[in-house]
Amino acid sequence: MKYSAFQVIKQALRGHKGWIPAWRDPEPANHYDIVIIGGGGHGLACAHYLAKTFKQKRIAVLEKGWIGGGNVGRNTTIIRSNYLLDGNEPFYEFSLKLWEGLEQDLNYNAMVSQRGILNLIHSDGQRDAFIRRGNAMILNGADADLMSTEQIKRKYPFLNTDNARFPIQGGLAQHRGGTVRHDAVAWGYARSADQHGVDIIQNCEVTGFRIENGTCTGVETTRGFIGATKVGCAVAGSSSRLMSKAGMRLPIESHVLQAFVSEGLKPVIPGVITFGAGHFYCSQSDKGGLVFGGDIDGYNSYAQRGNLPVVEDVCEGAMAIFPMLGRARLLRMWGGIMDMSMDGSPIIDRTHIKGLYFNGGWCYGGFKATPASGYAFAHLLATDTPHPTATAYRFDRFEKGLMIDEKGMGNQPNLH
Amino acid sequence: MIIDHPLLGPRDASEFVYLGDASLIDRPNPDTEDASHAFYEYAYLRDNPAGLHRELWFHEAGDRSWLVVTRNTETHEITKVEFAKDVARLAGRSL
Ligand SMILES: Cc1cc2nc3c(=O)[nH]c(=O)nc-3n(C[C@H](O)[C@H](O)[C@H](O)COP(=O)(O)OP(=O)(O)OC[C@H]3O[C@@H](n4cnc5c(N)ncnc54)[C@H](O)[C@@H]3O)c2cc1C
Repeated sequence: MKYSAFQVIKQALRGHKGWIPAWRDPEPANHYDIVIIGGGGHGLACAHYLAKTFKQKRIAVLEKGWIGGGNVGRNTTIIRSNYLLDGNEPFYEFSLKLWEGLEQDLNYNAMVSQRGILNLIHSDGQRDAFIRRGNAMILNGADADLMSTEQIKRKYPFLNTDNARFPIQGGLAQHRGGTVRHDAVAWGYARSADQHGVDIIQNCEVTGFRIENGTCTGVETTRGFIGATKVGCAVAGSSSRLMSKAGMRLPIESHVLQAFVSEGLKPVIPGVITFGAGHFYCSQSDKGGLVFGGDIDGYNSYAQRGNLPVVEDVCEGAMAIFPMLGRARLLRMWGGIMDMSMDGSPIIDRTHIKGLYFNGGWCYGGFKATPASGYAFAHLLATDTPHPTATAYRFDRFEKGLMIDEKGMGNQPNLH
Repeated sequence: MIIDHPLLGPRDASEFVYLGDASLIDRPNPDTEDASHAFYEYAYLRDNPAGLHRELWFHEAGDRSWLVVTRNTETHEITKVEFAKDVARLAGRSL
């Protein structure tokens, strides 16, 4: 069923009884050409591009719970392409361009909203770094705009520009950045993949790999063995757990990241604002809630919940820069498990096992990457060559000294 | 999280800095043939288990000792706290 204004009116006149489920609920087949493990944003996007763009057949996505129940449904929905390094910026800009055409491609309203993102500057050193970053962005075809304090005051009058410790001295804006309705991304990709013949199999946890003579021939699941010519893993925070079943150790630690949402308010914040120096960022959802967060908790965790010191730290950051936020009540908070890599950048690569492919290490920034990650992973699975924007995301970069370390923190995952 | 320091008793985890897997104590021998590969594995690869994890914490806002904390990564429950130097000594890595 194609979604359109006409369809909405037609269904309304029929009492909304004609809508059909957005995807089927098929039984798993015995064998697929390509099995993707993980029904998060990346796995579902990969399935969509594999089927629609790369014309692959007999594809399944296996999800241990329900699709969209992982990080794709837990993140703070920010999209941007404001990276510095060569290995990253072309990839994230490719992703932003895919976001811009996503709703037409999927025939699904994902509420892509290019309301802009502003990174605040508080010192001369930070300004120099942001100018350099802005130039790198422009060189890669992205947009970047250095804003003065006066311009910031006009657009964001509620910001405390005179904080004694962190006076605002300007900001780097990317006006094409913004937010996207996260659940709708999972649902939109799922619906499109399904329409192109992909089997989306929920409540199907992969418990092991069948590996014969160095070749992966399928996966063991809670719904039985499923054979596959190629297997692609895209399970984000569960990457190490899953790949250990293939005998692999990864350059990844799993960490918990928390997020928060306030009660619904009238529109007060016109875009995304990040206060990096205070470990705080915020935007306003279309329902009116202020959506905000800060740093990861900083210790290995699979608990999907964090601890109070980070809550305190995030709220202190909020009060320092957005004093008005103190009047809003906190409605909900939650945590998600991040696949924090050793250099803060992801991996989209083959493994040493034939037929087994890996996508992970997205840290806290994998939502914005969803379209490009899915596309590049589909490219790799379909053609056995990396997508031109993802050639640096290899496993062997750590051993070869080719890290993509945006923050310059070294092999310390909780600092990226 | 409360870390039960062997000398100072229960302390809030926010007094500590986290480094990571306690296998970092087992630094490879730089003089062996395959040292460069061993150092790559040491520096970059992690078990990252769901369940019991032995990990290094530094008591930065306290007595500045290094601890090996055994913690469940699925529940955050801490079941054992030792001085890292005792762990290293037992492994024959420290005087
Ligand atoms: C609080 C928070 C805020 C964030 N904010 C942002 C942001 O503003 N911008 C941004 O770009 N990124 C953000 N992120 C990061 C982003 O959400 C993730 O990097 C991204 O969603 C990960 O990819 P995914 O969607 O495929 O993961 P997931 O949705 O986690 O998908 C992985 C799926 O694999 C499934 N799975 C796991 N193991 C198995 C198995 N054995 N068998 C079958 N299935 C399995 C899981 O159930 C899950 O559904 C945030 C994350 C969190 C937690």
